[in-house]
Amino acid sequence: MNELALLIAAMLSAGTPLAIATLGLLINERVGVVNLGAEGMMLIAAVCGFAVAFVTGNQWFGFLAGAAAGACAAALFGLLAVWLNTNQYATGLALTLFGGGLSAFIGIEFVGKKLAEQPKYDWPWLSDLPFLGTAFFKHHPMVYLAILVAIAMVYLLYKTRLGLVLRAVGESPESAHALGYRVRLIRLFALMAGGALCGVAGAYLSVVYAPLWVEGMTAGRGWIALALTVFATWRPLRALMGAYLFGGVTMLQLYLQGEGVQIPAQFMSMLPYLATIVVLVLISRNPTWIRTNMPASLGKPFYPT
Amino acid sequence: MDERTLDNLGSRRKHHRMIRLEPRPQPSILWTYASPALALAITVFVAVFIFIAFGKDPVRGLSIFFWEPIKSPYALTELILKATPLMVIALGLILSFRANVWNIGAEGQFLLGAIVAGGLAVWVTENQIATQRWAFAPIVLLAGAVGGALWASIAALCKDKFNANEILVTLMLVYVANLLLSYLVFGPWKDPKGFNFPQSIRFSDDTLLPRLFATGRAHVGFALSILLSALMWIFMFRMLRGYQLQVGGIAPLAARYAGFSPRGALWTALLVSGAFAGMAGAMEVAGPMGQLTPYVSNGYGFTAIIVAFVGRLHPVGVVFAAFLLSMFLIGGELSQSRLGLPSALSGVFQGLLLFALLTCDTLVNNRIRWVGAKKSEAHA
Repeated sequence: MNELALLIAAMLSAGTPLAIATLGLLINERVGVVNLGAEGMMLIAAVCGFAVAFVTGNQWFGFLAGAAAGACAAALFGLLAVWLNTNQYATGLALTLFGGGLSAFIGIEFVGKKLAEQPKYDWPWLSDLPFLGTAFFKHHPMVYLAILVAIAMVYLLYKTRLGLVLRAVGESPESAHALGYRVRLIRLFALMAGGALCGVAGAYLSVVYAPLWVEGMTAGRGWIALALTVFATWRPLRALMGAYLFGGVTMLQLYLQGEGVQIPAQFMSMLPYLATIVVLVLISRNPTWIRTNMPASLGKPFYPT
Repeated sequence: MDERTLDNLGSRRKHHRMIRLEPRPQPSILWTYASPALALAITVFVAVFIFIAFGKDPVRGLSIFFWEPIKSPYALTELILKATPLMVIALGLILSFRANVWNIGAEGQFLLGAIVAGGLAVWVTENQIATQRWAFAPIVLLAGAVGGALWASIAALCKDKFNANEILVTLMLVYVANLLLSYLVFGPWKDPKGFNFPQSIRFSDDTLLPRLFATGRAHVGFALSILLSALMWIFMFRMLRGYQLQVGGIAPLAARYAGFSPRGALWTALLVSGAFAGMAGAMEVAGPMGQLTPYVSNGYGFTAIIVAFVGRLHPVGVVFAAFLLSMFLIGGELSQSRLGLPSALSGVFQGLLLFALLTCDTLVNNRIRWVGAKKSEAHA
């Protein structure tokens, strides 16, 4: 029983960076832009977040730095992909390659460094509950924040005027433009917001989850997050569920190893990547299902006239 | 709403007073070729700033990237050695990208090629099967190509049967391929006499690719890659199948109307680019490496994507671009040993180059118009 509680706890903790990044990419894709630079943004943010948290000794400054770095990287992507209408796929790839190089370059000084000891996060009496306490109430505040962001995003997208505008831009930029909305500016801001969230996810990895800096430490999570937006059919709460599911898959390997299952470690480590492929196959199998849910202008350039 | 619209118009007019991008009636041929040169100039410009920021002499820094790799015959063979896999992978990728099939996971197909070719070489070495370099070279390269093509075919199958996005599937398979290689060299294929290092036994000399020159490590793979470039040119521009692929990439509806099969294009694009990447992997293990280690790749599969774009998705352009990016790779290594800068600098420059290129490419289809303030006022 206690083991199950630990497994749930580990699942939430491992799923949180995926959840935050997926939510960020979801904003991007809702306004019609695919940012394949997620991995690069997360890496830049991870190293910036770690550096700032290391220097200031305060992890929250680390998160701020991560968010800022992610937003800057996304702005760079946005200027090219939205304003100059460069190919979104190629630009995103450029960002991922650039981010990989830049983060390794910046991070060389921080390899092997350790962050100051972090406080324990306990809720006043909830954490002492038998099963539930261990499973749900001993987490880093970011874990709860991710859930709040998902709920806030549902409210934003479906209950507010701003959400309506965002979705309109994603579904039909021409109509939004004709109504007088500044499509490119809205897309740029949405990209930066998404980048900031990806940045927070990257910083979570290096500041809380690991907590250390290793070159390429995101290990494909940016790409998995991109797959999760499809899995979630572009809905925030499903994105959250998907992220925890993948957090579970990541944890499953450690759990199975702990149980003494005789499978080489490398095959266990393949699980999240193989699961991503399986999930993509299952979700994409029905083209109508994808088409009815996907923002109609996704990945297409928009030229204001 | 009215207010918003007016406000919007106002700000748009303000925008017009500075510079404006105007679509060209025809893509500019001049800028198609000038764009990579300008992008390189911008990258060099930024590089100078980076060197100065780190207190290094920028002239020395640039000479490490652009002069050291070509200054001696030996240096040139090293340049060729690193350009070879980039060229071979990129030759496959240009076909794929032109067909609008986004095979991003060439790195994974490269690794699978290395694994299959390496496995074959290990098997031949262990069983002491008599071979000769020239006789074995085609076999080992073919083995690599088959490995790469099979790996890519997983993505083709997922896309064809289940509509799964090929970008994500090929990329996920990179991580899987990396782990598979890691499993093999840490596990069943580990050299029992290798002091517990994660590496296979050294392949016997007869299984290695013949060398090309008296000095250096450059191998026949380079000659083959030039031949492949010519073959790819013929396939793309002189054969119906290549034409069909490209039409499908540019205008899918027109291709469908003409009866060109999009499924055929998908499979051809992925199998060919996978086979090329796999062959490059075989060249690397049977060439300079001579054994399997977890570090077979050096990120060639990703750098080759940049090669493909810088080379204008053209089989001849790719040859030049491969040499340029090979310079970047060597320069990155040298700047570590000579200047004490992290070798990751190479990755920064690669990313910058691609960013700059994409920006400059805007000028292929657009031209810049300077619109004076007066004229705009007159409009208003």
